Amino acid sequence: MSANLAAYATSSGEAFQFWVLGTVAVVGALCTILMRKAVHSALCLAGTMIVLAVFYLANGAYFLGIVQIVVYTGAIMMLFLFVVMLVGVTAADSLKETIKGQRWWAVACGLGFGILLAAGIGNASLKDFAGLGAANSAYGGNVEGLAALIFTKYVFAFEITGALLITAAVGAMVLTHRERTERARTQRELSEQRVREGKHVPPLPAPGVYARHNAVDIAGLLPDGTPAELTVMQTLRKRGQIRDVSTEAMADLKALEQRSEERLGRDRDEEEATR
Amino acid sequence: MNPVNYLYLAALLFTIGAVGVLIRRNAIVVFMCVELMLNACNLAFVTFSRMHGNLDGQIIAFFTMVVAAAEVVVGLAIIVSVFRARHSASVDDASLMKL
Amino acid sequence: MENLIALLIGAPLLGAAVLLCGGRRLDRSGHWLGTLLAAASFVIALALFADMLGKSADDRAMFQRLYTWIPVEGFRADMAFQLDQLSMTFVLLITGVGTLIHIYSIGYMEHDERRRRFFGYLNLFVAAMLLLVLADNYLLLYFGWEGVGLASYLLIGFWQHKPTAATAAKKAFLVNRVGDMGLSIAIMIMFTTFGTFTFGPVLAETGQASEGKLTAIGLMLLLAACGKSAQVPLQSWLGDAMEGPTPVSALIHAATMVTAGVYLIVRSADIFNAAPDAQLVVTVVGAVTLLFGAIVGCAKDDIKKALAGSTMSQIGYMILAAGLGPIGYVFAIMHLVTHGFFKAGLFLGAGSVMHGMNDEVDMRRYGGLRKYMPVTFVTFGLGYLAIIGFPGLSGFFSKDKIIEAAFAKGGTEGWILGSVTLLGAAITAYYMTRVMLMTFFGEKRWQPDENGEPPHPHESPKSMTIPMVLLAVGSVAAGAYFEFAGFVEWLEPVTGFAHGHSPLSAAAVTTATVAVMVIGVGLAYLQYGRKPVPVVAPRGSLLTRAARRDLLQDDFNHAVFVTGGTHLTRSLVYVDHTLVDGVVNGTAAAVGGLSGRLRKLQNGYVRSYAVSMFGGTAVLIAATLLMRAV
Repeated sequence: MSANLAAYATSSGEAFQFWVLGTVAVVGALCTILMRKAVHSALCLAGTMIVLAVFYLANGAYFLGIVQIVVYTGAIMMLFLFVVMLVGVTAADSLKETIKGQRWWAVACGLGFGILLAAGIGNASLKDFAGLGAANSAYGGNVEGLAALIFTKYVFAFEITGALLITAAVGAMVLTHRERTERARTQRELSEQRVREGKHVPPLPAPGVYARHNAVDIAGLLPDGTPAELTVMQTLRKRGQIRDVSTEAMADLKALEQRSEERLGRDRDEEEATR
Repeated sequence: MNPVNYLYLAALLFTIGAVGVLIRRNAIVVFMCVELMLNACNLAFVTFSRMHGNLDGQIIAFFTMVVAAAEVVVGLAIIVSVFRARHSASVDDASLMKL
Repeated sequence: MENLIALLIGAPLLGAAVLLCGGRRLDRSGHWLGTLLAAASFVIALALFADMLGKSADDRAMFQRLYTWIPVEGFRADMAFQLDQLSMTFVLLITGVGTLIHIYSIGYMEHDERRRRFFGYLNLFVAAMLLLVLADNYLLLYFGWEGVGLASYLLIGFWQHKPTAATAAKKAFLVNRVGDMGLSIAIMIMFTTFGTFTFGPVLAETGQASEGKLTAIGLMLLLAACGKSAQVPLQSWLGDAMEGPTPVSALIHAATMVTAGVYLIVRSADIFNAAPDAQLVVTVVGAVTLLFGAIVGCAKDDIKKALAGSTMSQIGYMILAAGLGPIGYVFAIMHLVTHGFFKAGLFLGAGSVMHGMNDEVDMRRYGGLRKYMPVTFVTFGLGYLAIIGFPGLSGFFSKDKIIEAAFAKGGTEGWILGSVTLLGAAITAYYMTRVMLMTFFGEKRWQPDENGEPPHPHESPKSMTIPMVLLAVGSVAAGAYFEFAGFVEWLEPVTGFAHGHSPLSAAAVTTATVAVMVIGVGLAYLQYGRKPVPVVAPRGSLLTRAARRDLLQDDFNHAVFVTGGTHLTRSLVYVDHTLVDGVVNGTAAAVGGLSGRLRKLQNGYVRSYAVSMFGGTAVLIAATLLMRAV
């Protein structure tokens, strides 16, 4: 392939590949901006990027082609997917336009911009393609050639890029990390607050008291047998995961009383009979 | 085929990305469109590299990728923290500058 | 001797300062101080006059320079005085008659609790007038001119508790301002033309300036003279000025104020001589005023207003004479002086009559007063004979000369002016006889005043009668004295003199003058001497009614200036509201509306801004491609 790269025109194989994969890339790009769900957009974008990776390879940029697949498709797009999962589906996903005239202006500007760009390219008389054969073979390969440039001519830019990456990593951590803005209150402070408010001065009652069970999700019973929800922890209360055993307990109590009544009654009858 | 077609393709992809930035409200999709535009630029750089017969274009594309990676990291972090604060990923909701 | 000139002004000025700043402790003695200082000024004037008579005719002018008043490079005015024969004449008149009026006022204002202030104003008036006639440059003259205006304002409105007096003072001041503007413009033109204000250089170099400029200066000076001397069209203040105390009227009409215009024109003789057009306008103004004042004087029943019309008419004679050029200047001044005597006498007499009649001014309520006020009757009568030009009395000589000079103007103009002056003499005789008959003759028509008290006419105190007697002597003798002592030769070095060539002989003019006077007197006698005078004025003819309203001068002013000014300001306000405010408000509304529209572009959506950016990028690319293509 490298021999062909020097040529003015590309091989028919490459031309075939360009038209087929180019179509795929454009369709992928269009789907990226037109798909309603962000996940679909991300997948289409990943497809477009893979096609672009192939085009890099076709243009003799072997290193970049591989990096494109590994870094972009493999790392960046996955990061996107993670964030999509984190954010979830929102109203922003709707394709309905809310700003008046925005879509028409956008399309008009896009058309104008694209036509002008194409006109500029067509105007530039880009006939001579030097090809990458010589450049790639100068240091024994594409990767070696790039390495030679990066560590000589572009070494400072490379170092600064490294600093940028470090900064970006730190920045991302700073942005997403949530610092506790105030000190956690101590037991003493909490009890003082309870006294000040005047409600539930003693500690909350433990769950399961008089409930014939001692699981945390069973409310304690008040003297009249009704459940006290305060005894159950807040999270379970909010989730509505409270098991109420009071009716069961009441029924048991009733049966017990009846049974004792019956026994006592029979005993009384026997006493009367003996008298 | 003339390799200049790669440039036309790059221009087309760039324009599609730009229009996407303008018409989508989901900040994540807007961000993806920005990535699409960056990739279109990379394709153009690689094509120029081939056209001029040296590797400088590829170096620029390489740096673009590195910077884009950094940008994605920071940008997504911003989107996440905005979402956490406002429970919305819509760019239209961030219109507090308007009176 | 020159150093005494400043004292002439200084004495009354000191009096004014002391009396006005002295406070109540001077209430009992203030009037004596004021009179003494005025008399002192008169004595100094007499001394200077004697000194001047001892010199040769061409060497009589005296100068005194005190200090440089406005020391600006190229714009220099000195506090300097010039005393020549013309100024001397005025100084004697002002101080002499002024002193007599001071003395008269002692009695007349006896019961006024603000008498001290009144004498302060009188002194100020005399001082300002002296400054006016003694100034050696036009700017200093202007200073005195304004001083006279201020003093007249203060004196006319002296009884400021009366709204009419306050209004009259305001009117006099405002009308005078119009004239003052003329004087200031004239001085400005003079400065740009000659580069100086001093009389000597300005008048010597009139030959250097173009006639157009001189005409402009002349017309502006005439406007000034019209304001001060109550000439048409700025005459309207004079009648209302009668609201002031009678001595003030006498002072304004005889010795100061109204004579200032005549002085200004005669002083600027060289300018007018070189501008015949301006001279013609001067004579026309004089002729018109002459008839105007005389007609008004015929119709007024208020004795002071009748005399005011008379003053206007007589000043018209003077202005007309001054407009005739070298043949008239001397006679204008001569008539001014004789008029000063008899008009002062007449006013003081009128004041004496009012004094005895509970301040009644309506002549229809007088009648038969000659028995009750013999001194007043005799002095007033002598003044009357003098003003109508009874042969041998002062008015006869001076007026006759003016009529002769008017005929001597030559051509059609001469005939017209001569006829007008003759007609004026007839009307003068008529209305003065009317005043005389209605006041002193006929049956009593006295009416009780507003308190129901009938008047008890009585002769005035000595302090009032003595000045009247002295003025009567002046009225009788001044004309003959001037005629035979050589007034023409006295003034000729200053004003110049030329013998006119009248188409009529002097004897014919004199005969005609006496004849028209007899006709005027006869007519008045037929109307007011033979028949009883009604107490309530009859409705009268259209002309009479118009004359009672001062020939509609105030209606004219109201219609033209007040209504016109109101309409002008209204239209300007309209233009301001519609055009100016329209432009301003329209601009504001346009900016506001545009901003309101533009504001909608700022919707706060980042995508909208991104579209703008994207569109801008497209435009930039288009521009780049276009530039490369070109």
